[in-house]
Amino acid sequence: MTVALFPSDSSEELAAALAIAGLAPKLIDSIHPSEAGDTGEWSVLVVELADQPMRRLRQVGDLVEDTGLPVLVVADSAQFALVEQAVGVTDFIVAPPDPAELGTRLRRMMQRGAADEMLVHRDLALNPLTYQATLESAPLDLTYMEYELLRFFVDNKGRVWTREQLLSKVWGYDYFGGARTVDVHVRRLRAKLGEERASWIVTVRSVGYRFG
Amino acid sequence: MSRQAEYVLRTVSERGIRFIRLWFTDVQGFLKSVSISPQELETAFSEGMTFDGSSIDGYARLQEADMLAVPDPATFQILPWRQEEQVARMFCDVTSPSGEPFSGDPRTVLKTNLRAASELGYTFYVAPEIEYFYFADSGPEPVVLDHGGYFDLTPLDVAQEYRRRTINALEQMGVPVEHSHHEVAPSQHEIIVRYTDALTMADNIMSFRLTVKEIALEHGIHATFMPKPLEAHDGSGMHLHMSLFEGETNAFAADDGKLSETGRFFVAGLLRHAREITAVTNQWVNSYKRLVRGFDAPIWISWGYNNQSALVRVPTVKAGKRASVRVEYRAPDAAANPYLAMSVLLAAGLRGIRERYPLPDEVPGNVFEMTSADRKAAGISRLPETLSEALDVLEGSDLVREALGEHTFDWFLRNKRKEWNRYQQHVSRFELETYLPVL
Repeated sequence: MTVALFPSDSSEELAAALAIAGLAPKLIDSIHPSEAGDTGEWSVLVVELADQPMRRLRQVGDLVEDTGLPVLVVADSAQFALVEQAVGVTDFIVAPPDPAELGTRLRRMMQRGAADEMLVHRDLALNPLTYQATLESAPLDLTYMEYELLRFFVDNKGRVWTREQLLSKVWGYDYFGGARTVDVHVRRLRAKLGEERASWIVTVRSVGYRFG
Repeated sequence: MSRQAEYVLRTVSERGIRFIRLWFTDVQGFLKSVSISPQELETAFSEGMTFDGSSIDGYARLQEADMLAVPDPATFQILPWRQEEQVARMFCDVTSPSGEPFSGDPRTVLKTNLRAASELGYTFYVAPEIEYFYFADSGPEPVVLDHGGYFDLTPLDVAQEYRRRTINALEQMGVPVEHSHHEVAPSQHEIIVRYTDALTMADNIMSFRLTVKEIALEHGIHATFMPKPLEAHDGSGMHLHMSLFEGETNAFAADDGKLSETGRFFVAGLLRHAREITAVTNQWVNSYKRLVRGFDAPIWISWGYNNQSALVRVPTVKAGKRASVRVEYRAPDAAANPYLAMSVLLAAGLRGIRERYPLPDEVPGNVFEMTSADRKAAGISRLPETLSEALDVLEGSDLVREALGEHTFDWFLRNKRKEWNRYQQHVSRFELETYLPVL
């Protein structure tokens, strides 16, 4: 996860805020699409408008058109009207930025950027990189097998699975539990998903389970 | 490193967990905990955490004090009750420094017995009904919160709120609750936990007891699993519903919803060895104050379909509910060591199956209302009346010796004899009130 910062000689206030937020930005000399370098490595780009708002906002527009990169603009209150009309700006923050606010905004943007790889079903999201599950963005406490079963369900929506199939595909190893373990875990998942969402996991009588 | 361990490490860092509690259980069923930091976690998985076994009841002798607690990543769970920092727990298996499973560790004992079942093709499932009391404090005189009926000191809904909070916390810990209610006795509650495999259930019962106590503590009251705290009222039992499955098939169920041949053998095993295993299912001096006449606890060794007075009840199930056929053993109390209690119950039932014990006739009526001559004619004997009697029977039992293993068996017997001897020296309130004025 790399935060790119342009220009490389940004204000001391911005550099300090990033440092306090625990972020070590990669300093960028040019955001012109042909000179920007390997933007694929960047998770998010921070651009300080400073005394060149028009020129930098235009460059942001060009870059975003090419790369789809999320961009946070640091603007002072006199520049808000320009930001509002600009193309490609994902979010903005007022200069000088508050470190906590800056950190939170950037992390949220990066999460949204990573959302493509996430498994999502309505307000449930599973992040295969971090093994974390969230419901309405609040973390869900799952054991490993609960997580794996839920991941399998979300990844294979709409299909009916027998208990034996689930046991071999999800557990995949010899386990004291036996086939009824699947029922136990489904019950636990339903409890953790809560009443309204418990029906996402459908019991298919005398066969097994279906998700969604 | 296994994916399970990786999952734990990742979750610990993602969720900002500051401490991980490694849980294991001593021979008497007390929960022991070692706290480690996230930095130590990787070592704990690969090498185990060293601790001094000689300080744990029923563990090593002094010369072999070093033991290892090896966390089971499948049991990783963030603790749901209020605390300043996020804390998670894992249950551990205990091994020697060279990695040999330690035979004094109750979880290891249960695993050994479960392996015996799985060699016969069976998976053992258990669901408990757990009773407990709320008292105002942990002082020696129990002060009830309500009278459970129409004459409540505290409104009943206050206690219901504690119970509701407890159930939420249990559900968050992955211990699903089937049902709960206020019991007959004042201040007494019952929570029925949904069935799962025996090892997970024994872990769940340990989590259950701690959760009930933690939530009570949050509200400034005391929760207790003491088998018989109030002389005039029912004690706290832990009826265990048991079944054996072969894959997806319930081995206890016959086509008519009654017991199969295997089920009948299992019950016969429970009945024949009931007296031998009682010291384990009811391990305290106080346990035997619950197993008396006039209350809702079994005394007589009998079985029956849906018979609430029998030691083994076979609940009637709805037509077509083969999977629900099970046997309920009603003697254990809520202060038993769940790992060891399940070990001896399983061993008794399996021996019944292996040796094809004949099942005595069902006793359909109330066993308490039979005359002693009738009971004698029906071959119904009594559970041990005291811990001392239970230990005498246990001492001669090859079944229990085998189920617990030499180490645990010997230690248990020695420790419980000590407890009984201490009790024998005690001059009770009963004696002072009855004898002092007149003798």
